Amino acid sequence: MAELLQFISSGLTVGAIYALVALGFTLIYKASDIINFAQGEFVMLGGMTTVFVAMAGVPLPLAALIAVVATTATGLALHRFAIEPARGASPVVLIMITIGASIFLRGVAQIVFDRRFHSLPPLLGADPIQLGGAAILPQSLVVLASATAIVTLLWLFVDRTLLGKAVIATAANRLAARLIGVDTRRVVALSFGISAAIGAVAGILITPIALTSYDAGTLLALKGFAAAMLGGIGSAAGAVVGGVLIGLMEAFAAGYVSSNYKDAVAFLIILVVLISIPQGLFGRAKVERV
Amino acid sequence: MMILEVERLSVSFGGVRAVDDVNISVEAGQVFSIIGPNGSGKTTLFNLLSGVYTPDHGVIRFAGETVTDLEPDRLARRGLSRTFQNLQIFSRMSVLENVMVGHHRHEDTGILADLVHWPSVRRQNAATRELALAALARVGLADEARLASTSLSYGALKRLEIARALASDPKLLLLDEPAAGCNPIETQEIDRVIRSLIKDGITVMLVEHDMRLVMNISDRVHVLARGRTLAEGTPEEVRSNAAVVEAYLGDHGSKEATRAFG
Amino acid sequence: MVSLVQTRLMPAIVIAALIVVLPAFFPSAYYYRIGVLVFIFALAVVGLNLLMGFAGQVSLGHAGFLGIGAYSVAIGPVHFGVPSWLCLFGGAALSGVVAFIVGRPILKLKGHYLAVATLGLGLLLAIVLTNEARWTGGPDGMSVPRLVLFGWSARGATTWYWIAGATFIVAFVLALNLMDSPTGRALRAIHDSEIAARVLGIDVARKKVAIFVISAMYASVAGSFLALFNGYVTPDAAGFLRSIELVAMVVLGGMGSIVGSLVGAVVLVVLPQALTVFHDYEQVLLGLIVMVFMIFLRRGIVPSLAAAFAGRRK
Ligand SMILES: Nc1ncnc2c1ncn2[C@@H]1O[C@H](COP(=O)(O)OP(=O)(O)O)[C@@H](O)[C@H]1O
Ligand SMILES: [Mg+2]
Repeated sequence: MAELLQFISSGLTVGAIYALVALGFTLIYKASDIINFAQGEFVMLGGMTTVFVAMAGVPLPLAALIAVVATTATGLALHRFAIEPARGASPVVLIMITIGASIFLRGVAQIVFDRRFHSLPPLLGADPIQLGGAAILPQSLVVLASATAIVTLLWLFVDRTLLGKAVIATAANRLAARLIGVDTRRVVALSFGISAAIGAVAGILITPIALTSYDAGTLLALKGFAAAMLGGIGSAAGAVVGGVLIGLMEAFAAGYVSSNYKDAVAFLIILVVLISIPQGLFGRAKVERV
Repeated sequence: MMILEVERLSVSFGGVRAVDDVNISVEAGQVFSIIGPNGSGKTTLFNLLSGVYTPDHGVIRFAGETVTDLEPDRLARRGLSRTFQNLQIFSRMSVLENVMVGHHRHEDTGILADLVHWPSVRRQNAATRELALAALARVGLADEARLASTSLSYGALKRLEIARALASDPKLLLLDEPAAGCNPIETQEIDRVIRSLIKDGITVMLVEHDMRLVMNISDRVHVLARGRTLAEGTPEEVRSNAAVVEAYLGDHGSKEATRAFG
Repeated sequence: MVSLVQTRLMPAIVIAALIVVLPAFFPSAYYYRIGVLVFIFALAVVGLNLLMGFAGQVSLGHAGFLGIGAYSVAIGPVHFGVPSWLCLFGGAALSGVVAFIVGRPILKLKGHYLAVATLGLGLLLAIVLTNEARWTGGPDGMSVPRLVLFGWSARGATTWYWIAGATFIVAFVLALNLMDSPTGRALRAIHDSEIAARVLGIDVARKKVAIFVISAMYASVAGSFLALFNGYVTPDAAGFLRSIELVAMVVLGGMGSIVGSLVGAVVLVVLPQALTVFHDYEQVLLGLIVMVFMIFLRRGIVPSLAAAFAGRRK
């Protein structure tokens, strides 16, 4: 029982991070049909920038803020200088561009920062909370609460603001959105900005638990992508559920099978799900129209 | 002999009954046309007949055998071929290659032979090429064989799809609006092609809005409205059917009715 | 007839001539080494291009098959005493079988779903190779015995230059052959319109699996060569970055251009070698170059150049 609780708490924590990464994928995909493989680098940049700005003597909250702003700027620049000029290119080409961007950002991080592992002090201290025999890190609660807050904020933004409605319209039908006066280019830029910001926050939240380094983004991007697909790409609810599910599966696999195979179990289950439900958990089945 | 029999065929998409309880019998060697206003389910019917969609209810018999749940490629290998209202051209291939693909079901070289380009592959390529050229000639595209398929006009692409379907040597050919977007000369050409097919013993099912063409060429006409059968008969019978005239006038204004009956 | 063969195989003949002539201009053995790497990668890339560029099915996990080939020539001789050349064929067969088994369900998926499924497949293979340390040496990898043929041991870049070059030419010709055959036409048809291909009687699922198997075997042979040439192998051979590298070579050279596959391999093998002089800036430059190429030559180098020439001639 205590063991189970322990696995659930660590699974939910990592899952919340995966959910945030998946949400970043989904947001950009919704607005532009692009799968942005540099999403993981946003997470890395969030963590690493905070670490280094804090090391320079800036108070931690301010350092975190600077990191989020810098990462958001990076996301906007990625859109402006790499995605925008390639408008109309095929999906594979666009994927390759974002992969190029991910290699580039990793390289920059290597030069600007360093190649070592770094951590941040947890927000509420490091002493575990005992709960039903399980030791739960306070930072886990911070992660869960922040992730919930971000998801809620995003939902409010999309549901309650005019700009949010423009995003929805663009996602539903780009041409129609343009015809009713939505600046779809701005919407796509916005999606890159928000995704980068969400990624940065995820990176700051997870660094006290999982360490970060210049190349920490790759695996996170893969897991986030898988989570988004598991939920059914383009579905925000699916992204959150997919992320949490993968986090939990990994935690259970690590606990009950072998920690070496935790990544394998996650991907194995994704394969099985995709093969049995080709459109993902929350995606809609489509009859191809001819 | 009936080459195609359809009993109580239905399919719906999220509450829309696109094809609703339709019965059809097509006599071999005839031209059997389906008409009806836009959205009445003609293309969906073709999709069901060619195995692209699976029906919710009903039975399809082709050449005496039940084929209701057969995959499109299996149906094709039994001699059913079709064209598409929204063109499905192999756009990275030349005009000739498009038609050569049509002959695929008769090509019998293994993948290993293909890899080493065995003499049998060379012979097969040459034979397929001849056949494809002949099919192109039939639709009047022989001179365009070498061109990129994307360089053809819309009307020519419609005929390219016919040639491609012909290269599969079908018993039954479904043509979905072959004359849409064609000028009068091209329409005349399609009329000629269909007549030549019938002469060769191919049965043709035709979906078409050009009523002159339909009424001229069809042995039987089946009218759909909102997925249901409205009428069926010879062109004369259908033309003088009050319900049919009403459907066209009532639903879709006088323009289409004029085009149809005026 | 004869002229037909000549035009179809012309690129192969030209490239074969280049392979033979180029060493005359090599200032050092180092250049042979680069040549070997180019041929080995080009071999895998031609196979992947058959799948991606012709049949239109993306694979983000193709390095998994590279890994199977590489570890076959490592594990077979070391743990079971099987001769390397036999393991090379065994690895290719194993890759083919794996591709055959997983191909049918996976290739039903489309677009990004296919991408993530192949990604998962590749990662699974890489994870197994990393973790079964008893057999594979784990993350550190293992050393690979030399290839011995009829008592003659293949070592050194010069020898491998000819082995890999000749194999590449054969693989290149097979690919050209395949594309100009009933199967090749069917595959290209599937790429453009699956629905039209099906109503013309093409068993789409079967064709996709067939080309998946062939491209897996290409990758496997390349993997075996890479391991035998380097004399060691690590799980990186099967990793995600390797898979991405292969896809980048395909897209960069030109999807659907067999010659492009060689060009893509040349660029992405030679470039990092050239960039090592920039040390820390290597990744930055590599990422930048990939982005710039993709933005400005989005159809790939060879098709873009071909179009430019055709435009000028008009
Ligand atoms: N794949 C599909 N998904 C949802 N609705 C469809 C699909 N195919 C056809 N329909 C619907 O079925 C109806 C009939 O369409 P269609 O057969 O294309 O008509 P027609 O060819 O007579 O113009 C329309 O309401 C159309 O929207
Ligand atoms: Mg229609």
